Amino acid sequence: MIVNLVVLLACQLSGEVAARGLGLPVPGPVIGMALLFAALVLRPKLAERIAPTTSGLLAHLSLLFVPAGVGVVGHLDTLGRDGVALIAALLLSTVAAILAGVWVFLAVARLTGASE
Amino acid sequence: MTPADPAEIWTYLRQDPLLWLTATLVAYSLGDLAFRRSGRRPLVNPVLVAVALLAVLLRVTGTPYERYFDGAQFVHFMLGPATVALAVPLYANLRLIRSAFWPMLAALAAGSVTALVTAVGIGAAFGLRGETLLSLAPKSVTAPVALGVSETIGGAPNLTAVLVIITGITGAVVATPLLNLFRIRDWRARGLAVGVAAHGIGTARAFQVNETAGAFAGIGMGLNALLTALIAPLLAPWLVALLTG
Repeated sequence: MIVNLVVLLACQLSGEVAARGLGLPVPGPVIGMALLFAALVLRPKLAERIAPTTSGLLAHLSLLFVPAGVGVVGHLDTLGRDGVALIAALLLSTVAAILAGVWVFLAVARLTGASE
Repeated sequence: MTPADPAEIWTYLRQDPLLWLTATLVAYSLGDLAFRRSGRRPLVNPVLVAVALLAVLLRVTGTPYERYFDGAQFVHFMLGPATVALAVPLYANLRLIRSAFWPMLAALAAGSVTALVTAVGIGAAFGLRGETLLSLAPKSVTAPVALGVSETIGGAPNLTAVLVIITGITGAVVATPLLNLFRIRDWRARGLAVGVAAHGIGTARAFQVNETAGAFAGIGMGLNALLTALIAPLLAPWLVALLTG
């Protein structure tokens, strides 16, 4: 458990250092994800070892967004007079992006023979 | 020790991170319970319920967000390690991901560009202009990247922060009913599209529905962060000038 947390934190830390050091446009934890992925490819046994910790963490991933969500409630007034227009744009755009993503995925999967 | 009166205990507790850490976990557990009890209705999203409960609680007790965050930061901090942890389902689904390389790449490009262009386009149609419109452009991207992009293109990062979270919750709430309505049964496509459109909150939702969808959502989120960071500075200012100029 502790060793598993050390693995995750070490990847994140290396990611943060790389992101800042190289001025990359991607956040440290995302680079950390890539680093852990590389480690798993190199040492497949690591996956079995850390899986209990990571699946526990990911099963409750939603919980981790609650503090940021509470912060947003206090800042809803930053939406100001544009609130309705902003929410409408968000809602429609999110629906459009999800549909564009799935349809293009399915179309290209059919073309390349990668359908399920 | 003489027993303290309740007012004193409250004075102590409200200063203590323990109270707000516990409240965050309890609110989320109640949200999760409500979600299950409702027969997993998408609108009874655990994050939405927990945020609403805590917002009311903070208002009623007159607690400033900074004090709340002293406790809640321990939960917030775990976002970093959890993002790193996404590598494990990614690796577990490697064969599936490799076989879906081209569909993934195409869907990433389509979802990412659609998210940006429709947000700015619809915003402009509703009369939004300038900085406000630019703040909308990176709304589908994970918060730390979205804030950076917003600043680069001349948006307002604090407005973008709010829009990013609302987008995530919107995606988490609408994805399942929307995709069921259109009878999309491919978990790879569903997951990837939601990760691209609604970043981590969408990804969290995908993991609740299906493990494969979760893995693809994680990739969608990570790759869209990279893609939007690259294309938004080129595309967004041009689009805003074109639509409102």
